[in-house]
Amino acid sequence: MSGVEAKAGAAWPGETARRRSGALGDRIFRALVALAAGLVLLALGGAAAAILWGGLPAFLHFGLYFLTSTAWDPVRRDFGAMVPIYGTLVTSLIAMLSAVPISFGIAVFLTEVAPGWLRGPVGAAIELLAGIPSIIYGMWGLFVFAPFMADHVEPWLTTLLGPLPLLGALFDGPPLGIGMLTGGLILGIMVVPFISSVMRDVFLLVPLPLREAAFGLGATRWELVWRVMVPYARTALMGGVFLGLGRALGETMAVTFVLGNAHDFNLSLLMPSTSIAAAIANEFTEADSEIYRSSLIALGFLLFLITFVVLAVAKLLMARLARAEGRI
Amino acid sequence: MRRRPAPLVLRRQMINGLALGLAGFATLLGLVALIWILATIIVNGAAALGPQLFTRDTPPPGSMGGLRNALVGSAIMTGLGVLLGAPIGILAGTHLAEFGRASRFAETIRFINDILLSAPSIVTGLFVYQIVVQPSGHFSGFAGVLALALVLLPVVVRSTDETLRLVPISLREAALALGAPHWRMVLRVLYPAARTGMLTGVLLGIARISGETAPLLFTALNNQYFTFDPAQPMANMPVVIFQFALSPYEAWHALAWAGALLMTLFVLLLSVAARRLLRTGSA
Repeated sequence: MSGVEAKAGAAWPGETARRRSGALGDRIFRALVALAAGLVLLALGGAAAAILWGGLPAFLHFGLYFLTSTAWDPVRRDFGAMVPIYGTLVTSLIAMLSAVPISFGIAVFLTEVAPGWLRGPVGAAIELLAGIPSIIYGMWGLFVFAPFMADHVEPWLTTLLGPLPLLGALFDGPPLGIGMLTGGLILGIMVVPFISSVMRDVFLLVPLPLREAAFGLGATRWELVWRVMVPYARTALMGGVFLGLGRALGETMAVTFVLGNAHDFNLSLLMPSTSIAAAIANEFTEADSEIYRSSLIALGFLLFLITFVVLAVAKLLMARLARAEGRI
Repeated sequence: MRRRPAPLVLRRQMINGLALGLAGFATLLGLVALIWILATIIVNGAAALGPQLFTRDTPPPGSMGGLRNALVGSAIMTGLGVLLGAPIGILAGTHLAEFGRASRFAETIRFINDILLSAPSIVTGLFVYQIVVQPSGHFSGFAGVLALALVLLPVVVRSTDETLRLVPISLREAALALGAPHWRMVLRVLYPAARTGMLTGVLLGIARISGETAPLLFTALNNQYFTFDPAQPMANMPVVIFQFALSPYEAWHALAWAGALLMTLFVLLLSVAARRLLRTGSA
């Protein structure tokens, strides 16, 4: 390299200086963009460290009791994470149970059923759902959807499913409209666009020869979907589900409106409860003692851990299909 | 020679029809949810619209007012958040697409960035509380700006990375062959070529942070007075909507609906415009 520079310098003295300034500019630019990229790592690492630091007093004070206790008593300064964790998991489970089949149906409709002219507009409309801010879902949930559930759905669920053994306990209670079932269903609506968009993209990646082979053997459209496309894209489809789960677990505002912020452990899905994110959103600015605030931050750290693992799994599952695509 | 379909074929066709019908029904459910939510916002919000929204500040309970301080606060914090987050995001995306490529460092950052993209924003709020609000001793607009910039960052990183990688290699080679240093090639050739995609990413990022509530709850907090000073706690649309919607006062509910309508319109128009820009730009 230096030999080339020397030769160029001999030919034209200005050239070396210009090249050197170019090389210096390159070094600076290179360092600058690498630094910016490093900031992304720092954002995640720093967040983990800062939140762990903030939650440490609670973890040290309560120990394992923090994870297993259902207590949440600001006056006696006795805090346990069991109820918010349970609320987070149950609402997310309800969200998944409702959103996964619907998202799958939407993806199938958009790739296999709808005529070409309908696919664009319907796809765009479903994507609009992802654009609506979560606080809007929360308001709609509180003022429209919760009363709807209380008047038209929950009484019916209680009479129909309430008397059943085991399952009945889930649907026991007054039809308040506020509770884990309503919260979970709203979360479900919120994650539908994310899951369905992944599933649709995955379906579009299924190689044409596979489709032709299935039709050639006389498969119906549904058999093509269920017996060929789903097995082919299984891991990536699961990736989409995990992506939705990660979103549902951490969603804050929508559930804060409709969960009712009650720290009582309740088996019934119709009773008010809380989730990790909702507890933090509702109580953080009102936390009047160090241990109270630290307990909330500790909850945040747990949420961070759970969502990190779930989203990492989602990413790995989706990356597998991308790699398989590269190989074909 | 037409035979009557065998029972098995008939059964398969029925299952086919049923399954595809259910797929259509699922899509219908999604559309109903969208229309239901939008209709609620439009009907309730339109009833509360009026010029006072833009001329008066958020009122104490029981009196009339508007949303002026919240609109201004949101505009300032979103604007500063973009000014802080977008350049860093573009530079980081440039590293991934142009220098890091498939290196282990770049792949790690892509992985982390995708997780940040979907990570709960309330955690971002806690993070900024820990590093800014706690040490400085008070809530401030600047803390809100930092939180919003952190939410915006992964959106811009991802779109920059993806659009820059779409720029044909021949453009790079042409610029380098003319003797341009790498950085000038990036600034003068790549960025103009990828302009539309990068702008789309920033617009989508703005749409995202305009509706974010959770990261502002304990960073910018709220302020019932009008201020241009981000060193103070700052009123902002999402937190005002949150507090007013959960209050027992009718006048506050009306303001929350009006705010919700303004916010939804802004966010949806911005994201629709961004997507349209991308489509016409790449066509």
